[in-house]
Amino acid sequence: MTSTKKSLSGANRKKSVWTLSQIILVMVVGLFVLTCMLPFLNVLAISFSSKSALLRGDVSFWPIGFNTDAYKMIFRDASMIGSLLYTIRITVIYTAIAMVLTILMAYPLTKKRLRGRKFFNLLALFTMYFSGGTIPIILNIKELGIMDTQWALILPAALSTFNMIILKSFFTALPEEMEEAAIIDGATDFQVLMRVYLPLSMASLATLTLFYAVSKWNSFSDALYYITTRNLQPLQLRLYNIIKGSRAVEITSVEGSAASLSQSVSESIESASILFATLPILVVYPFVQRYFVAGVTIGAVKG
Amino acid sequence: MQKLTPTIHRMTFRQLITRDWRLYLMLVLPVAYYLIFCYKPMVGIIIAFQKYNLFRGIAGSPWVGLDNFKFVLNMRDFSIALRNTLLLNFMNLLMGFPVPIILAIMLNEIRNSSVKRVSQTLLYLPHFLSWVIIGGMVLEIFAPTTGVVNSLLLKTGLIDSNIPFLTDGWTWRFTYTFVGIWQSMGWGTILYLSAITGINMELFEAARIDGANKMQQIWHVTLPGIRTTIVVLLILNIGQMMNISFDKPYILGNTMVRDFSDVLSTFVYRAGITNAQFARATAIGMFQSVVGLIMISTANVITKRMGEQGIW
Repeated sequence: MTSTKKSLSGANRKKSVWTLSQIILVMVVGLFVLTCMLPFLNVLAISFSSKSALLRGDVSFWPIGFNTDAYKMIFRDASMIGSLLYTIRITVIYTAIAMVLTILMAYPLTKKRLRGRKFFNLLALFTMYFSGGTIPIILNIKELGIMDTQWALILPAALSTFNMIILKSFFTALPEEMEEAAIIDGATDFQVLMRVYLPLSMASLATLTLFYAVSKWNSFSDALYYITTRNLQPLQLRLYNIIKGSRAVEITSVEGSAASLSQSVSESIESASILFATLPILVVYPFVQRYFVAGVTIGAVKG
Repeated sequence: MQKLTPTIHRMTFRQLITRDWRLYLMLVLPVAYYLIFCYKPMVGIIIAFQKYNLFRGIAGSPWVGLDNFKFVLNMRDFSIALRNTLLLNFMNLLMGFPVPIILAIMLNEIRNSSVKRVSQTLLYLPHFLSWVIIGGMVLEIFAPTTGVVNSLLLKTGLIDSNIPFLTDGWTWRFTYTFVGIWQSMGWGTILYLSAITGINMELFEAARIDGANKMQQIWHVTLPGIRTTIVVLLILNIGQMMNISFDKPYILGNTMVRDFSDVLSTFVYRAGITNAQFARATAIGMFQSVVGLIMISTANVITKRMGEQGIW
């Protein structure tokens, strides 16, 4: 009896899922989703298209005059591959340092017994609302002697207070009894952190790792401010110079005609470079995206 | 057990250290980070009051009082940058603020969970792209004649000549605003969606029994349910009006629309780094930081007055 009832209500629910209003709703949301995908399809199509098709303005979302010359050019250019590996290395070192600093700051701040906790909390929070500003920060990097080295890309943002607060609220949500039990068993603070707190926080640690890695992968202004040596430039700055170089002609020229010739020569290379620099994010994204929603919500609930 | 329960009598300093030295040891590295990379530059702000010379340093440079501020506040480029900062932020707030709310409500109404999940995943994606990548895409998509938007519009005969998305000042402002909305709309739904999830399901049930249709439920249950979130985010956004990122306007802007795209952050960079006017650029930065701090504190006080949880 119950099973028939269950299947009946199940069938009902299934029938009611695709009402007319649901279809319209999904189509409207689909339009928004489409705006997020079409730019990629366009850039993808351009990267595989021939110069003549690009010049005629024929390429929209499907490659015309299909060829892979742009990608061959990029992969033949050793400096692009080198830049990719260098940026990966910077991102890995940065993320590791940032995670260690974030954990070391967040954990003690969750201990109510810690004298001076308020002070340390304020020390961190204040930096979210006030900073020295661009120029004093750059001069500081100069004084520290790390200008134009990879450390100028790694150290200056090695701890995000926002991420630290997310982790702190996650730690706070864990039951205190576990710590007490561990301490009774003779564990020190370091052991409690390593054996109790961290294993239980894997989801939020994964989220923060992603946040740090993405922010470093995407960061551009720090490289612009601090790096002049060409082989110390990360991928984003390299990409920016490629795009700026190929577009300088077009922007300053009046519409279309003659100037677009020199521009379209590199248009597919430019598109291929854009996808080249996006690829690592697109590869990792589907695997990690389920973690970060939880992470963001935790941080927002108790800011 | 004795170690953990707060003791009635005040512990001596020595007892505190014996008990918690490991916790303080953990704090050493992050605190050093804050001092070196956050607080030391704050001290560096004092060059805004100096005729700063890079080689003489802070100690050797002469003091000039408020001269740098007077000079900067009278600059034509400064008022342009200030106006553009406020205008672009205002346009972004006016047109962009409602988008994630609407999107979140729509996503919440989707019954098919896999459609919902896939939509969310794709909507969040632009948030994870760098402005260099977005800027590159914008240049290709909105290029005159060859760009997909102009070429499709020209071919379908909807327009006779190119829309100057990137080269005409006011059109550029709208391009900038829409690209910003596009980049952040999906990510912005997260907070609203979690607020909607927090609404008591019985309220929807009761509304349905009372004969409310879907639109009425949204209007009378969902929206009031997330009002708090909306108000807090709105006030915080207004409090951030003076702040503008560097990457977005710097990358999306170009020389043809400079009077429309130059904002405080890009102006500071140009004055300070390109023209090596360290002290004056620092003065602009300090002006921005101080006004920004006042605005965000005011916003915080207002949210607290309204009985909401503030940001600190």
